[in-house]
Amino acid sequence: MARTFRYTTLALTISAAVLLSACDNNQDPVAQSPAATTSDAAQSQPADNTNATPAATAISEADVASHYADLAHAVYLDALTAAQALDKAIATLLAEPNEANLEAARQAWLQARIPYQQSEAFRFGNAVVDDWEGQLNAWPLDEGLIDYVAADDYQHELGNEGATANLIANQTLTIGGETLDASELSSQLLADLNEIGGSEANVATGYHAIEFLLWGQDLNGFEAGAGQRPVTDFVQGEACTNGNCDRRAAYLSAASELLVNDLQWMVGQWSADEAGNYRAELLALPTQDVFQKMLFGMGSLSLGELAGERMKVALEANSYEDEHDCFSDNTHNSHYYNGKGIQNIYLGSYQALDGSVTSGPSLSALVAEKNPELDQRLRDDLDSTMEALTVMKEAAEGESAMTFDMMIAPGNETGATIINDAIAALAQQTGSIEQVAAVVGVDSLQPDDAGHSF
Amino acid sequence: MKFLLFTPALALCLFATPSLGADYPVQDTPNSGGAGTVTQSDHNAYSLPLGNLPISRRLDFSVGNSFFRNPWVIAPSSTDARDGLGPLFNTNSCQGCHIKDGRGHPPAPGETAVSLFLRLSVPAGPDTDPQLLQQHGFVPAPVYGSQLQTAAIPGMKPEARLNIEWQLFEETLADGSKVELRRPQYRIDGPNYGALPEDLLISPRVAPPMIGLGLLEAIPEEAILAAADPDDLDGDGISGRANQVWDRIGQRTALGRFGLKAAEVSVMQQSMAAFAGDMGLSSNIVPDTDCTAAQECDRFADGGTPEVSDKIAAFVNFYAMSLAVPARRDMDNPAVQSGAKLFNEIGCAACHTPRHTTGTLADRPELSDQEIWPYTDLLLHDMGEGLADGRAEFLADGNEWRTPPLWGLGLTQQINPRAGFLHDGRARTLEEAILWHGGEAQATTERYRTLPAELRQSLLTFLNSL
Repeated sequence: MARTFRYTTLALTISAAVLLSACDNNQDPVAQSPAATTSDAAQSQPADNTNATPAATAISEADVASHYADLAHAVYLDALTAAQALDKAIATLLAEPNEANLEAARQAWLQARIPYQQSEAFRFGNAVVDDWEGQLNAWPLDEGLIDYVAADDYQHELGNEGATANLIANQTLTIGGETLDASELSSQLLADLNEIGGSEANVATGYHAIEFLLWGQDLNGFEAGAGQRPVTDFVQGEACTNGNCDRRAAYLSAASELLVNDLQWMVGQWSADEAGNYRAELLALPTQDVFQKMLFGMGSLSLGELAGERMKVALEANSYEDEHDCFSDNTHNSHYYNGKGIQNIYLGSYQALDGSVTSGPSLSALVAEKNPELDQRLRDDLDSTMEALTVMKEAAEGESAMTFDMMIAPGNETGATIINDAIAALAQQTGSIEQVAAVVGVDSLQPDDAGHSF
Repeated sequence: MKFLLFTPALALCLFATPSLGADYPVQDTPNSGGAGTVTQSDHNAYSLPLGNLPISRRLDFSVGNSFFRNPWVIAPSSTDARDGLGPLFNTNSCQGCHIKDGRGHPPAPGETAVSLFLRLSVPAGPDTDPQLLQQHGFVPAPVYGSQLQTAAIPGMKPEARLNIEWQLFEETLADGSKVELRRPQYRIDGPNYGALPEDLLISPRVAPPMIGLGLLEAIPEEAILAAADPDDLDGDGISGRANQVWDRIGQRTALGRFGLKAAEVSVMQQSMAAFAGDMGLSSNIVPDTDCTAAQECDRFADGGTPEVSDKIAAFVNFYAMSLAVPARRDMDNPAVQSGAKLFNEIGCAACHTPRHTTGTLADRPELSDQEIWPYTDLLLHDMGEGLADGRAEFLADGNEWRTPPLWGLGLTQQINPRAGFLHDGRARTLEEAILWHGGEAQATTERYRTLPAELRQSLLTFLNSL
């Protein structure tokens, strides 16, 4: 996944403009804020810019940083809870494979995506997440690695590192001259396979592997309809369809177990109750570094990942394989909740699946003290993005739904407009994010190169 | 430290000749890639978009990145836009060879070669079709074609296996220090499509780095040609030759600058040739892959005609043209500064031209009118017997290689810890790479060998700062 974007030149240019104008709010050349802004609540900025912090700071920078960690913890905890529910639903399905249980498992999967997609805003800038997330959310998925695919190419010989291994059908895996024993499909084996040949394409685990097993391939192309895997693919014994139902069940179970374990681990990394975890390391950094990670996370997800990789690629290539939740046709929700996750970080707020809200000292409040017009502008941009994503979400739901893979069909102008509007809104907010960075003292949105890999 | 201040002057006295000297510029800015230079130096340093790319174009960059990085799959597939891999190939993604947008590496013993392959040909003769030479640059080997493909889709056999053995040997420098070098021996095992031709010519090629390609493309032709001196008319021992190769779009012979023997005119054509040869994917620009009639590739489904659409080709090209050059590091270090002067004094800069200025590209303002420091003249040079592949490509003979750019050099092994240098990755260190330089570079290499250890080190320190 593309994960790094250099804002240096643009940020420095803009920061110069903003700093010059910050001395006198009335002359901010960049602000085009609507009338109903907080200009009457504007703090008077000292003309001498060397003393930028007003005398009475309502928000402590350290509190904002610490709340960011609390927010991450809340989101990952919610993701874990939902993954545990999914795991339970899967166990029920495998114990009794019937339509109702399959539907329940699918619903549990859809629910589990809601917190996880919101967590992606923590990915860019926090190596602990970035290095880990491939095992949970890697995509595109080469379904041929895991199970049968429609063109019926069962293979025993590998053309390329795992591309068509069909692990469910094969007890052994031959890669680069070496033979691996895949007779037992455990969560450990699946995790090991993710590193095979260093190829990012060999994705054996995570949400999309589970999605593929629950829905099967979406063979409808640009037409309506998601994957249609029959529940009999999980029935043991004679009624088993498409072979190897025992291994398919084992695979699904192992993948789900691994997902829960992985999320458990991440919850621990952000917990205030564990010593020496990522949270501890993060909060030991200067607050500007934490802000940089917050903003870099927001910006990278906004522009490169969501607008670029997940929307524009699919649209430009008219490629339904490039749609994110391609088996379940849930992509509109994935995008919607990605957008929400970005907004959450700025506003310092997260609403869990059970309705409970985590909120606290936010970047927004901090920015509002220094530059209320800019704060309002970013809030407005974030709202506009959520509006555009809501259009996408609503278009994809209900009767005569136009799901994401239908939107990207060649010649679908309505669909293209919906997607392009969302892309434009995301690009717009990225510009505001860059300006906010300057205001909170982030010199450039480029992460430090002290051995982190982003 | 003080010693180093005297020694460059000493070096100048000892080694200056009428044709060498301080004629070459010394880089005075860390921005090797002009305004688009990025200041990251971790293992993502080669994968970043030009620093001066506007937001909207960064979106295009990520689209191109997606197609560069994500694997192409066998047809038929639900992933229509990316199918058609093979049936014969070397890798299934651009990133597979251009690891993290950097160099590839020779395989470890027993490992399949992925980011290194062999180009193939047979010698041209009096009966060779001149149009073939004009448009292809060499005569492909019968059946096996222009490159050895060591992977295949299920149901198809790969062309053969590639085996490399290394001969280790030692070189002794003037002060008695020893450097171990390794010489590769290539063996093609288990050819699956009949015996290999007796007169087969091979040329090992490791994937080169992707940074700064757009900037290199923006260097005006005249600037490159101005430095060419194939007959060494100025008598300085350097005889850089411009390769004149086939421009498939313009359907004419034109200056080549990309590829290890400068056989491609543009990033677009290089990329489409790579899709075809390395992945078996056709495009409108290069509609034929390296599958020959005898290999019966038509038995398999293809990914459409062409397999790489014009749209995707454009995105990949945009991406490849937009990878940023990372900034110089450590320029305040006196060793770097003295090394920079030595680089010029002993003659490295005669081919590794430090500076260029790009021209104006109408649709690419970020690449236009930039002062850049790529350390290459993009010309072909005879590098001596030790590095010769004995295999011609257009005007490049069996001894000639294009001067590679040196920007980003010091980060090579951050990007790919297994990367080596030179056309086949044989040199594990920069010093090894220097010692392999023969032919036109012989005199310069001799000067290097006779330098005292501290000066050799300063040159290496300089190279590591690039």
